[in-house]
Amino acid sequence: MDEVLLGTVLASTLRVATPLLLCALAGLLSERSGVIDIGLEGKMLFAAFAAGAAGAALASTAAALALACAAAVLLSWLHGLACVSHRGDQVVSGVAINLIAAGLTVVLGMAWFAQGGQTPPVGDAVRLQPLWPEAGAVLGPVLGEGLLGHGVLVYLALALVPAVWWLLYRTRFGLRLRAVGEKAQMVDAAGVSVPRLRYAALTLNGLLCGLAGSYLVLAQNASFVPHMTAGRGFMALAAMIFGKWHPVGAFWACLLFGFLDALAIRLQGVRLPAIGEVPVPAIQALPYVLTVVLLAGFFGRSHAPAELGKAYVKER
Amino acid sequence: MNAAAPLPRWAELWLLPLLNLGIALAAAGVVVALVGQDPAQVLAVLLHGAFGTPRGIGYTLYYATSFVFTGLAVAVAFHAGLFNIGGEGQAILGGLGTGLVGLWLGSMLPAWALLPLMALAGATFGLAWAAVPAWLQAHRGSHVVITTIMFNFIASTLLVWLLVDHLKPAGSMAPESAALAASAHLPTLHQALGRLGIEWPASPLNLSALLALAAAAAVYLLLWRTRAGYRLRSVGASPGAALYAGIDPKRQVLLAMMISGALAGLVGMNEIAGVQHKLLLEYVGGAGFTGIAVALMGRNHPFGIVLAAVLFGALFQGGAEVAFEVGGFSRDMVVMLQGFIVLFSGAMAYVAAPLLARVLRREPARG
Repeated sequence: MDEVLLGTVLASTLRVATPLLLCALAGLLSERSGVIDIGLEGKMLFAAFAAGAAGAALASTAAALALACAAAVLLSWLHGLACVSHRGDQVVSGVAINLIAAGLTVVLGMAWFAQGGQTPPVGDAVRLQPLWPEAGAVLGPVLGEGLLGHGVLVYLALALVPAVWWLLYRTRFGLRLRAVGEKAQMVDAAGVSVPRLRYAALTLNGLLCGLAGSYLVLAQNASFVPHMTAGRGFMALAAMIFGKWHPVGAFWACLLFGFLDALAIRLQGVRLPAIGEVPVPAIQALPYVLTVVLLAGFFGRSHAPAELGKAYVKER
Repeated sequence: MNAAAPLPRWAELWLLPLLNLGIALAAAGVVVALVGQDPAQVLAVLLHGAFGTPRGIGYTLYYATSFVFTGLAVAVAFHAGLFNIGGEGQAILGGLGTGLVGLWLGSMLPAWALLPLMALAGATFGLAWAAVPAWLQAHRGSHVVITTIMFNFIASTLLVWLLVDHLKPAGSMAPESAALAASAHLPTLHQALGRLGIEWPASPLNLSALLALAAAAAVYLLLWRTRAGYRLRSVGASPGAALYAGIDPKRQVLLAMMISGALAGLVGMNEIAGVQHKLLLEYVGGAGFTGIAVALMGRNHPFGIVLAAVLFGALFQGGAEVAFEVGGFSRDMVVMLQGFIVLFSGAMAYVAAPLLARVLRREPARG
């Protein structure tokens, strides 16, 4: 394989993996605290819309990022209101968030911008540019363009992997967060508020979903397009499970899924010696199939947090 | 779900759901007003579009047919304590089964023999697609919610692959199969009524609507009038107690999901045999997810589900009319409203209950 090809595959792997990684870490924080998050897709979509609308209307990167995060955090809190405060079903609430986001973004988009639900393109000054644009010329296609040719959110997502690990496994907050996902009653008995911890986890979850949505509009695409997340939130959910609810595992899963996507695009219509024409849909379905197989325990074992999906009722 | 709210039965069954629906409609009304439309005008156009003309009613009931199937699918799984999010994928597979049998035997068999076979194939394909996640849940402990979500994506990839690589006639660009033979067309209601001498304007409403009603009746009889249904519900109510009573929860999980998948698979009869007359992409169009809202709204009872399905059919048909007649209005408004209904009738269904209980308790005291 020549260097240029390697560079492009590496670059597109990272491009696909970044929103997945941000969302997977978001889901991980929520689920380790015991709250199922089916709504990743909707939160990312709503954040993408907020970033697109703010980026086009206010022409400011900071405003786009801030509004995207705010929008996703609001949806996270809605999830918390339904499931943590009122002990509603967490899966049902997640489905509701996905539907509301899918409908509301198009309705608002059509009303505000009158372009069939799209937002006007975000200007180049607002979009996130590669941090080191001259790296490709200096360091060559693999290191320069493949690895160092991206915008700030890609590296932020990568840096968040050790950061989330540190938060979960090396801080008091993280210990409590994990404990509330395994045995909420114990945390309550120790005098720590279960709802407050879960709301904290959901807030962090919203911030990360906000970054994922912003990435789609400010780095990948130039504007918001209806339903642009196209299942990425669910793939992130799969990656989180595939990574066994662990940040480092989720990181590898996102890289794998990103690589499979890059491979599927590369292999479109290519004939290989032994196999014949590559069945591209099979590669595209592979992340989901692998997740099902892993979850079934045919190789390795993926254990969900014990308290996942259970509302906590404080004893009186 | 919540024992803290002692409501009278009639209030629990009728008042609370209607109140929740009202809250969801009000939330959607606020959004309509926010984007500069008149909610009253939108509602008027919507109602007229859905129920104002025989043609509109036909479309409303056509949409409702698919929602009855997917709503029943969610409900049967729910009574066994399972959440089947995979209605979308099971309906895709059902359409595939219906369409493949129609394509394969269409030129050989007459309609009276072919159509039941197509329905059977649709139900079987849906059943099989639900059986895998069910088996994995029962025997390998992987959660059915996650597995069915994954199976939705695998199903849509499978459909794309089959259409693009195998079923597309040579020389055609569109990812669609060849048209089904005439014997594979399920008669529309206006054709059927025309044969009886009754005039009815053309609409996609077809005989699968009767199949949907029959399915609703069958689900009611199964769940509340047979031993098998009792076993299924007992596992949903208390797996531990069911186990002590000699009922194998694993078997019930499999059974419930297979019935659920078969019901979702029947969407293929409405869409493929009834309307499209060929296999194409996107024929399910979210009906699997709408089924979740329908089941929640109908409180997982077949009678409620039929009512809720008609409500959602009216929203879809009326929403299309509104999008056509009111400038700047999008059909996605209906998707959003669906989300509000799932939120307020599902996830937050009992939030209003304590308040309602307080109001109801005060009323008789005064009189």
